[in-house]
Amino acid sequence: MTVSRFRTILYTVIAIVALAGLADATFLTVQALTGETLSCGGSPDCFRVLGSSYAKIGRVPVAMLGAFAYFCVFTFAIFAAFGYARARTFLIPTIGAMFLATLWFLYVQAFLLHAYCRYCLLSAAMTFLLTGLLIAAPPQRRSGE
Amino acid sequence: MKRYLPFVIVVVVALATLGSGAMLYRVKHEQLQALPQTNAVSGSSGSESMHIRGNPDAPVTLEEFGDFQCPPCGSFAKFTEELLKEYDSRVRIVFRHFPLSAHEHAREASLAAEAAGLQGHFWEMYDVLYREQAAWAKAPNARELFESYAGTIGLNVDQFKKDMDGEQAKERVESDQARGQSLGINLTPTIYINGQPVDAKDKNPEGVRAEINAALAKKPQA
Repeated sequence: MTVSRFRTILYTVIAIVALAGLADATFLTVQALTGETLSCGGSPDCFRVLGSSYAKIGRVPVAMLGAFAYFCVFTFAIFAAFGYARARTFLIPTIGAMFLATLWFLYVQAFLLHAYCRYCLLSAAMTFLLTGLLIAAPPQRRSGE
Repeated sequence: MKRYLPFVIVVVVALATLGSGAMLYRVKHEQLQALPQTNAVSGSSGSESMHIRGNPDAPVTLEEFGDFQCPPCGSFAKFTEELLKEYDSRVRIVFRHFPLSAHEHAREASLAAEAAGLQGHFWEMYDVLYREQAAWAKAPNARELFESYAGTIGLNVDQFKKDMDGEQAKERVESDQARGQSLGINLTPTIYINGQPVDAKDKNPEGVRAEINAALAKKPQA
């Protein structure tokens, strides 16, 4: 397999993972906007997390920012898969910021709220996966197409 | 064509996300707004609790003495939603607190509902408490959950915490309970239709509908 083909496959996988993250974050955004409660299979932990003050920045649900971030990753990954080298330069800071945000939210769940929301953990797993895939993607030598 | 393909994919995904998000929002919002909130009246003067859902001038009043931690009360709450849709402006629901001592968090849940009522959101808290009953009933610190519910339904949480400990909420719950005790109630849900108790054997959808229909037949429709 050529490096170029490997890269294309990797960016496609990143796009698919981002798409799954986008679905998760969109669902959480709708939950937050409708004010509907959410319990994790009978456990109140989701409510503790999603109903906490850490789940919003001002009036904006954090999940909405997450959905936007996943959409950006999806967009950049698609363009990168089609050979737009500059897309990778946008992909790195976006996934980097998401990785740091994920660490913060895991800290909040573990040490401040003492509760875990499984939808948030799913999102965290996807961000870690995206980070790993991005690290595995070999850099492009030529820019643009 | 390949040049435009990434743009097409991104636009399609953006539209699909916005579309599905909007659809999901609409469905959930409709579910939550299914009841006529504009006809919901919460609270009255003084310590008396008076929470009415439906047309305040409806010819039939279904008065329920309920306990937020009692599972049959949760099922009955769902049924009252159906009744309000079915009978529209002809029936109103009045909720009275009757927290049973056997239920660890029932009284606290009633106080939470009253504290929400003091901010004009009794029925929103009522819905959340019944919907999440299985979760908070088993929680070691249910109050923490009630506070997060308050945040989710858009209450001022600090005020809510104060009101939960305040005299007004306590008096309202106790006033309902005293009324229930004076009527000889000892189980929940206990239902009255236009002041007449509904027999235990009729505490099912068919029985309640039959009682409502009978009450409607006796009174001219509003």
